[in-house]
Amino acid sequence: MSAPGATIRRTVGLSRIPLPALAAASLVLVTTALVLVFFVAPTDINQGFSQRIFYFHVSLAFTAYACFVCGAWQALRHLWKRDPRADLQSYVCVHQGLIFGALVLLTGSIWAKISWGHWWVWGEDELVLFLILYLFYCAYFMLRFSVEPGTQRANLSAVYALFGVVLIPVSFAAIRLSKEFLHPRVFTLSGPNFGGWILVTYCVAQAALLVLAYTLYRLELAGKRLDLRLRELREVLA
Amino acid sequence: MTYVRDVGALARKDLLLELRAQDTLPAMLLFVAAIFVVFHFALPGNPTRLETSGFLWVAILFTALLGLGRAFVPEREQRTMDGLVLAPCDRSAIWLAKSLATLAFLAAAEVVALPLYALFFHSVGGATVLAVVLADLGICAVGTFLGAMAVVTRARDLLLPLLFLPLAMPIVVGAVGASVGHSPGKYLGFLALYDLLFGVVCWGSFEYVVAE
Repeated sequence: MSAPGATIRRTVGLSRIPLPALAAASLVLVTTALVLVFFVAPTDINQGFSQRIFYFHVSLAFTAYACFVCGAWQALRHLWKRDPRADLQSYVCVHQGLIFGALVLLTGSIWAKISWGHWWVWGEDELVLFLILYLFYCAYFMLRFSVEPGTQRANLSAVYALFGVVLIPVSFAAIRLSKEFLHPRVFTLSGPNFGGWILVTYCVAQAALLVLAYTLYRLELAGKRLDLRLRELREVLA
Repeated sequence: MTYVRDVGALARKDLLLELRAQDTLPAMLLFVAAIFVVFHFALPGNPTRLETSGFLWVAILFTALLGLGRAFVPEREQRTMDGLVLAPCDRSAIWLAKSLATLAFLAAAEVVALPLYALFFHSVGGATVLAVVLADLGICAVGTFLGAMAVVTRARDLLLPLLFLPLAMPIVVGAVGASVGHSPGKYLGFLALYDLLFGVVCWGSFEYVVAE
């Protein structure tokens, strides 16, 4: 299982990029994305200015999914290969996913208020899914911090993180199904013409958030590893 | 064959324990009756069939949580989990046997709960009964698995509902849909798919929950 992963790591060498370079790249990308979203992308005819929040809302959602899937992948590596670094990496991925997930809820809520006049709309699939996922991953943290650090905590966290990636498609299907008896009126948005500057803006915003998430992941991981090392040294000295 | 025998022996142990101690089942029965009375007062006027169907599933889910919370208590109190893990059987057998025992308790509670619901509120259709069977499988499979996780944590009983409810959301959708929808087949299929999917995941990963 690790063979393709190792190959990817070797060829891409993401972990070898120095942190300052990543931080600079995310700064440039986020600034470019902001400029594109607010000044270059055309205003939507139907929804007006507020539609621009979608560039971030959708990109944030995708980034959060990427974090959760990455967390589950590291969890699998912990369970399968017993990679000693995988537990912490999985935890940091899920933590980043939760932060981005909170932003998805926030941006979705703002958009719902502007479009429909309510801060919360049950008819919006992705918002409801993120609420469920948010509750699920908050429980992940409750679980993790309720067990003493060690193999058992790593195992339980890993198994629960794996449940998460199974829950994402199942919940999505469930929400779609539930609409038939909960919301007979399905909100349909006129599909945007995905081309030209709209596509470019979306792609840049998406790339910016993915790079930002990876930078934050690396930053948190470095901090957590330093913390762990310090604790080990203290124990040796004590 | 040995696997089936192991599961049988472990499930028999749990059922026997319950038969002698009678810790869980009376509590579940009393709880489900009490919650129906609460619902009567929580739903003003004459609640429609649609509204009470939803409440039936809330009652079933919470009653199941009550049973699931107790599932691994004997193992914790008597410290028998180490013995079970050391026993020369596949570890997933522990989960399967515990799920079956919990399923038996939940089914027994529902044998009382469904007629009681029909008496207090509205009659229960065939699709609802089928949904109860399929939902029970999912509830017990996932709930028992999470119960085993929660029991080793400091928070214990507090943690199980938090871990379980987000995962039970698809079960509620499938079950309520089958109870009130015009085409229950789709929802029953979804419930069966959920059972299969999470059953396999639980079965495959239980070893990591109990292994130190």
